[in-house]
Formats: sequence, structure tokens, C-alpha cells
Amino acid sequence: MPEMNIIQAVNDCLRVEMRRDSRVVVLGEDVGRFGGVFRATVGLQEEFGPDRCIDTPLAENGIVGCAIGMALYGLRPVAEIQFADYVYPAYDQIVNELAKMRYRSGGEYQAPVVIRMPAGGGIKGGHYHSQSPETIFIHTPGLKVVYPSNPADTKGLLAAAIRGDDPVIFMEPKRHYRTARGEVPAGEYVVPIGKAAVLHEAAGRSARSVTILAWGAMVHTALDAVEKGTGQGYDIELIDLRTLLPFDIETIVASVKKTGRVIVVHEAPRTCGFGAELAASIQERALLHLEAPILRVTGFDTPFPYALEMEYLPNRERILDAIERVTNG
Amino acid sequence: MATSKVRSGQSQAESVEAFSDLDEACATGLRQILDENGLALAAVPTLSAEELVRMYEGMLRGRLLDEHMLTMQGQGRVGLYLDARGQEAGVIAAAHALAPDDYFVPALREASAALYRGLPFRTFLAQMLGNANDPAHGRQAPGQVGSRASRHVIGSASVASQMPHATGLAWAARMRGEHTVVVGFVGDGGTSEDDFQSGLNFAAVFKAPVVFVCQNNQWAISTPLSHQTAARSIAIKGLAFGVPSFRVDGNDVLALYAVIKDAVDRARSGRGPSFIEAVTYRLGAHGPSDDPSRYRDPAEAAAWQRKDPLIRFGIWLHAEKILTADAQAATRQRIDDEIRAAIASEEAVGPPPTSSLFDDVLAEPSWLIGEQQAEYLRVRKRQSSQ
Repeated sequence: MPEMNIIQAVNDCLRVEMRRDSRVVVLGEDVGRFGGVFRATVGLQEEFGPDRCIDTPLAENGIVGCAIGMALYGLRPVAEIQFADYVYPAYDQIVNELAKMRYRSGGEYQAPVVIRMPAGGGIKGGHYHSQSPETIFIHTPGLKVVYPSNPADTKGLLAAAIRGDDPVIFMEPKRHYRTARGEVPAGEYVVPIGKAAVLHEAAGRSARSVTILAWGAMVHTALDAVEKGTGQGYDIELIDLRTLLPFDIETIVASVKKTGRVIVVHEAPRTCGFGAELAASIQERALLHLEAPILRVTGFDTPFPYALEMEYLPNRERILDAIERVTNG
Repeated sequence: MATSKVRSGQSQAESVEAFSDLDEACATGLRQILDENGLALAAVPTLSAEELVRMYEGMLRGRLLDEHMLTMQGQGRVGLYLDARGQEAGVIAAAHALAPDDYFVPALREASAALYRGLPFRTFLAQMLGNANDPAHGRQAPGQVGSRASRHVIGSASVASQMPHATGLAWAARMRGEHTVVVGFVGDGGTSEDDFQSGLNFAAVFKAPVVFVCQNNQWAISTPLSHQTAARSIAIKGLAFGVPSFRVDGNDVLALYAVIKDAVDRARSGRGPSFIEAVTYRLGAHGPSDDPSRYRDPAEAAAWQRKDPLIRFGIWLHAEKILTADAQAATRQRIDDEIRAAIASEEAVGPPPTSSLFDDVLAEPSWLIGEQQAEYLRVRKRQSSQ
């Protein structure tokens, strides 16, 4: 099985899916001749031509709006938004158009568009190259939202997104584009949307057991904390959510019932962040299984800073602090 | 206008010729065939008597439906409805210029085009009333009709958002080597939106076979054209994108048909997009909460009443002995009777099934919606058993 980083996994997936299905087209700023600012689409224009790997004008609303039109015609567009921070000009197209096409037409029209976007901080990009806007899309009926953390899941989930009939917001942890490496199945590979992965299992319930929920780049930060915390005698279950909408409530609740404690880790600001929804959903189903309040380790309710970004981002120490608090450690 | 040979994906800077005096004249003048008195000033496009009558009936049906819907809205029988009185010429000219497989992408007031292109009248009314016969289960406000079979895309009220969709549809057709053409509508207010720019710009760069028609009805609710743009015309904006652009009398169905049909033919033969400004007038209010007397000079509206596209076309059809005034009156009566009968029958149909509230959100239903539906059904069952 070949080893890849996340960028290579995206590229491999797009190539496989474009070979498999002539309806799949890639469009975005600088994706063609240049191969994308992160090189995710390198070589696709050479292989599939300028009509299937399309360099567009600089207009996110136009990219998404035209992708919707292509999908209405029967194509399977994969649009790239260069950075998640630039998705806002396309917000109306995503929320009012893409996500509503099937419902408002009673299924007469559908728009299976995948919108890829590098997200998250830690690359010295400042406010406009670092945000994690997943929550605004999770709050939008009619979308699926996927946010993998590793190369194999990136390839498999992106393939599932392209093959499915629903519009998908596909967020990629750009901080780990090249640092997260792993074995990725060659050729066609699909990971179903809607399933979380348990990356580290807890032994069972004890005074020191806890579940950590994370996604994207935060999975790697949480893995750090798991390693350190395990060494300190904590019994930690780490769940990589992978799909945020619809999130895998069964896996989450099973883990909560097992460990009795929950910490949600995300980069986005805390207030009304996805951690809030997870906490609400967990207490609705497992309140009496909880030994302690659900804690959130998140970005702050500030704009994303440049010089102090590593202070803003959740890190191992903040997660360990939450583990101590939740276990009265 | 000499457009460049830019192919998608290529970024070589190829020069686009400066637009000529003729291009500018087309975009700032006013193309007219029928004058305000119904006299033909120029060559009439090749249309059979049967086609002309059909176009007249299409416009008239739109007008009469509007009148019924507005009455019913006033009586609380229909919700938020936006009418097209005074603007029927552009809608029907475009609908008539398209082939059956072409797509029509509407703005807010083009519902009668769907009817003209094959949407069954009963389905149309079911949508207007939001009843159980509406295939979209009454999810949209009245007027946002459509179907795949009629190639009328079911639109939204988000202004100009449909422009890039029209471009994308047309672009996809070109990529697939099919000869489908798309007509996309927008209003004068919509030309201030970013999506207007992206729709035109992407269409021009990728030579998408799309024809944009702007219904310049002079008013975006209370905002006059002078506050919408400082450009000399709306059509001239198209030239800046490298798109052949034309300013046409929007109440002259023959001129509109001639210009739109040319544009559709150009698009179908691979010569890219066009942009057409139809200079017309919103005879009524924007919508139910609007009161034009607070911002519009009544003399202005009265002057436009005299330019009514239906009256003008009717005079010409009578003079040409294609459809006499008596025949027009009989047609009006027949269509009105049809509408009344259909309304009576559709109003007797109940609302959509409550279960449809939860359908069609996603192709693959999510547990989240399933759980909310179960909760809703449990409470509803309890309610009904009390």
C-alpha cells in the first residue's frame, strides 16, 4: 500500500474519480496550470484537459454558482475554494442555493457539488488563511460536512462525497497537509460518510477515564495529549469524528457511556461552535452516564491572530488541563 | 464585437477588440419593431400566424393569472406572490425562442414561461396554491414553479443568484458537446449583485451558450434605476465583459423575440453568450407589502400603461388580420374560464402531507432529520388523539 501525505491523497482521489467518471470536473482558482496553491490538483489538467480541470476567474460566488449549474446539468463538479477563509462570498450560493435545490424542487433538481477547502490555522497565515468555519455549514440543512484528519480518510471520504448525490462541504486540515503521512489504498477507495473512527480506546470506566472528540488538525493535537495523558495514568478514548454532518452519534454515545466524561476539542471559536451541539446531543442521550460536565477546549471568541496563533489554537497542555479538570485530577 | 478565442483552462492573454460604435449603439439605443401604437417600424421576424397567436395567448394567460392571483392574495387565499404585469413580452419572447431541451433559468417573475414550455396548468396552480398536487410539496412561495420536464429551473428569491447557475448549465452543455442553450433572467436591481458579474464574466471567459435577459422594470421595490447604476444603460455593462449586448424595447414582443432568437442561435452555434436589456415597467407593486404611491409619480405609471405590451401586440395582430379584436376578446374569455375552473378544482385539494416536511433534504436521509421527524409525529399523534 503506497504511503502518502494528505495532499497526495486528495490528488490521487481526484485522479481516480476523474478516470472513473467523465462527469467529474474540478474547478477553482489556480487549480489547472499551476495545480493549486497547495498542489492538490497537480497534473490533472495535463491528464484530463482544461475542460475538466478548470482555472476560473477569481470569484468564489461564481465558482460555486457555476458548479451548481453544472451539477443541475448532470456533472459532478468538485470546486476548490483556495482557503476556507474565502468561502464567505459564496455563502449565499451554498446556503440558499446549493443546500436547498433538492428540497425546494421536490427532488426535480439536485446539485451534487463537492466544495473542497483547506481550513484551520498553524501555518502562519493570519486571520485570512486560518479559519475553521465548519459550524456555519453544519447549521445549514441540505449539506453534508466532512473534515478528515489523515491521508487514507481524506481519499476515501472525498471519493464518497464525489459519488454521493448530496452536496458536501469537504474541509481539509492544511496544517497537516504534508506532515500527516500514512498508508493509502491504491485505486478506488471509499470511506462511508457519517462514520467516526475510534483512534485510541479506553479500557473502561474509572476515575481517570475520558472521551476526547476531535476532527481535522485537532486530532493530531489530541493524539499528543493522549500519549502524554496515558503516561500520566489517564484512560483516554479518542474519537476522530471525520464527518461532522451527519455526525456519528452512536459511536459518540457508546464511548460516553463507557468513560463517563467528555472533552470536545475544536479550533473554531467556542460560542455556538460545534462543541456546543455535541454537548447538547450527548446530554440528551447520556446525562445519567456522565460523571462530570462536558468540557470544551477550543479557539477563543477572538478573530484568528497571526503572531500569537499557537496561543490561540488548542494545544496539548490545554487538553491535559481539561482532562485534569474533568477527572478532578 | 470580435471576441477572443479563449478556451477554458487556457490563461494566455489574448486581446479582445475594443467594442465598436455599433456595439455601443446596440447597447445604448432602443431596438423596436412595434411602436407604442402597434405599428411595425421594421421587418417582423419570421413567425407563423399560429406561433404569433400562441405567443399572444401566452402573454395573456400570464396577465390573467396574475390578476386572479393578486385578487386571491388580497383575500388571503394565496401567500407572497409577485406578479409580472407589464413584463410579459420578455418572458414569452424568451420562452418561444428556446428549443424544448433548452433550459430557462428564471428570476422572480417568469413563472408563465414554465407554463408556456409545457408545465401542466394544474401543476402550475398546485404550486401557486401550495397544495398536495404540487410535486415540490408546497415548499416555495407562489410563483417559483418549474420542473425538469419543462426545463424550467425552480428558482429562489435570492436576487441574481441564478445567473451563475445559468452559466454553469450552459457551460456543462458545451463541455458535453451538446447543443443545449440556456436563457437566464435577472432584474435591474439584480445587476448590482456580485452574482450578476460572475454570471456574465464566467459565461464570457468560457464561451458558455447562455443568453441573459435583464427585465429592466425601472424599480427595485422603491429604488429607481438612477440609484441602481450610474451606467448609461444596463446593456452597456455587458460590453465590459466582452459580451454582445443589446438594449431592446421590453414591451415589444416582436423586437424581443428577434433579438433573443438571434442570441440563442449564436449561442447554439458556439459563439458564446449575449446580454439583453429589456426596457419595461413594473405596472403593479413589487409585492403585497409594497405601496408604489409612496415613491412613484402616478403620471409615470399612467404613461407606461399606454405602452402595455399586450395592447400593442393586440393592435398589430388585429391590423394584420392574424387575430381580430373580437377573436382576442373571445380568447381572453376562454382563458379566463379555464383559469377559474382550474382554480376551483385545485383549491379543493388539501395541503401537502405533513410527512413531506422532512423529505428531500438530502438524497441519503440523515438520522438527525429522522429523529426530529419521529418526535414531530409522536406529538402530532398525541394531539390528534386528544
